[in-house]
Amino acid sequence: MTNAAPILAIDGLTMRFGGIVAINELSFTAQRRQITALIGPNGAGKTTVFNCITGFYRPSGGTMTLVHDDDATFRLDRLHDFRICKYAKVARTFQNIRLFPGMTALENLMVAQHNTLMRASGFSLLGLLSAPSFRAAERQAIDLAREWLQRIGLLDRADDAAGNLPYGDQRRLESARAMCAQPALLCLDEPAAGLNANESAALSDLLLSIRDDIGTSILLIEHDMSVVMEISDHIVVLDHGVKIADGAPRAVRDDPKVVAAYLGADEEDAAAVMEGGA
Amino acid sequence: MDYFFQQLINGLVLGSIYGLIAIGYTMVYGIVGMINFAHGDIFMIGGFIALITFLILVSIGMTMVPVILLLVLLVAMAVTALYGWTVERIAYRPLRQSFRLAPMLSAIGMSFVLSNFAQVSQGARVKPVPPIITGGYTLHDSGNFAVQLSNVQIVVVVTTVVLLAIFTYIVSRTRFGRDMRACEQDQTMAALLGVDVDRTISMTFVIGASLAAVAGMMYLLYYGLVDFFMGFIAGIKAFTAAVLGGIGSLPGAMLGGLAIGLIETFWSAYFSVEYKDVAAFSILIIVLIFMPTGLLGRPEVEKV
Repeated sequence: MTNAAPILAIDGLTMRFGGIVAINELSFTAQRRQITALIGPNGAGKTTVFNCITGFYRPSGGTMTLVHDDDATFRLDRLHDFRICKYAKVARTFQNIRLFPGMTALENLMVAQHNTLMRASGFSLLGLLSAPSFRAAERQAIDLAREWLQRIGLLDRADDAAGNLPYGDQRRLESARAMCAQPALLCLDEPAAGLNANESAALSDLLLSIRDDIGTSILLIEHDMSVVMEISDHIVVLDHGVKIADGAPRAVRDDPKVVAAYLGADEEDAAAVMEGGA
Repeated sequence: MDYFFQQLINGLVLGSIYGLIAIGYTMVYGIVGMINFAHGDIFMIGGFIALITFLILVSIGMTMVPVILLLVLLVAMAVTALYGWTVERIAYRPLRQSFRLAPMLSAIGMSFVLSNFAQVSQGARVKPVPPIITGGYTLHDSGNFAVQLSNVQIVVVVTTVVLLAIFTYIVSRTRFGRDMRACEQDQTMAALLGVDVDRTISMTFVIGASLAAVAGMMYLLYYGLVDFFMGFIAGIKAFTAAVLGGIGSLPGAMLGGLAIGLIETFWSAYFSVEYKDVAAFSILIIVLIFMPTGLLGRPEVEKV
């Protein structure tokens, strides 16, 4: 039943901006139904990797292959714009919050179900005539949106403008919105940034439940080591656009190269930080 | 007092027409952040299509006025929507990634293209039509002045209200409306959620153009004439209405349209007809000095 191939295989990915090499010959794989974390010091090129995966940048070289459960294969380096979400089913969030602030929480989750509703609305025709099949699809979409609001504990604020929600709620709403697009691969760029300890813990639980209950593969960029070490199945460490380590959390944490990259050469301090996060 | 009520009715009718056009300006501004200066000429095209359809229907022997009006409305909306779509496709979309001024200049060019196209293909003379909807009611007669409400005024206002209701429903309740508002707020994010931004923008132009077509038809019914140059001044007025109401805001556009219509009518009635445009634009300037975002506009929030 489960496909054994990795959900995402990145091979020799290179991204140059003029003379600057942001990512150099990066290769790694993200396993299906696992949480793969991408970590590294500031400027290591993590977000650039995300921007390549989600079609913001056209890579200078290398391939990115995404394989769905049903063996449908997509070359992400050849898709771009809305097709990445529509066909390859990759959803992402950003470091800064990018909800639609003027729309309600529920509407934000409904926009994410655009593709499902688009098909059901027969490309607007049936929708305009409000055919029963479309209304049923619309109801299902609302149900799914409400289910996610329930999951992130925002059901009672469904009709509030997203921009008026507290920061932590907006963060979780973003993850929920990405999930409403029903992605095969969920890319989260620093979802725990700016959250307090309680909120981080709630986020970790949410991500684990996405992995275990829904079976979505997650690619995660995160600086909060407590989150990374607790929930990741696999960690890839980048520094200056090059992969310096790749493995299970424990192995990566003890890797001297990682420690050095994080805190310069001072391994003692670095070790303390990594331990503290565990 | 009777005279005042008569002017109020006239002003509301004129305001409805301006409002319908203004919605096109404000929608396009909301989603792509440009002023579509060709929109007034799309309105003019709508008027011409309505006239041509009307003449065709009459010449093939149709006599039932309600059926004719409905057919004219549908054909004018459909064909003008096609114009709106084409203008966006050939003149704006290729320039979307360009500098901000480029699509605006292209829009001014498109405005010339459309009005000259109408002039060349339809002739430069004013095209009159006999009154299609006749009759009306006398609401109050005080002996020396009678307040009249003509049937054509009723048709204009009712059509406007019905279309606005449909349009508001589409924007606030349907999938397309959600997509449109999402694109308005963050196009990149909308695309990442699978929304085809180009298609949504095209549809926005289509809806704006079909509302302008309705305005063009109403203008034809109300004033009984169209000419190739009518898009310019009506377009500027509707643009003023959109800015007055707060550009980007849909209820604002309608409110602004009504305000401009009323100001113009009352000024003509009580002061001087020659200076009605001066009055409308002066009010715009005064409002913008004290409320830079217009009546219902949101203050600009800096995007980070």
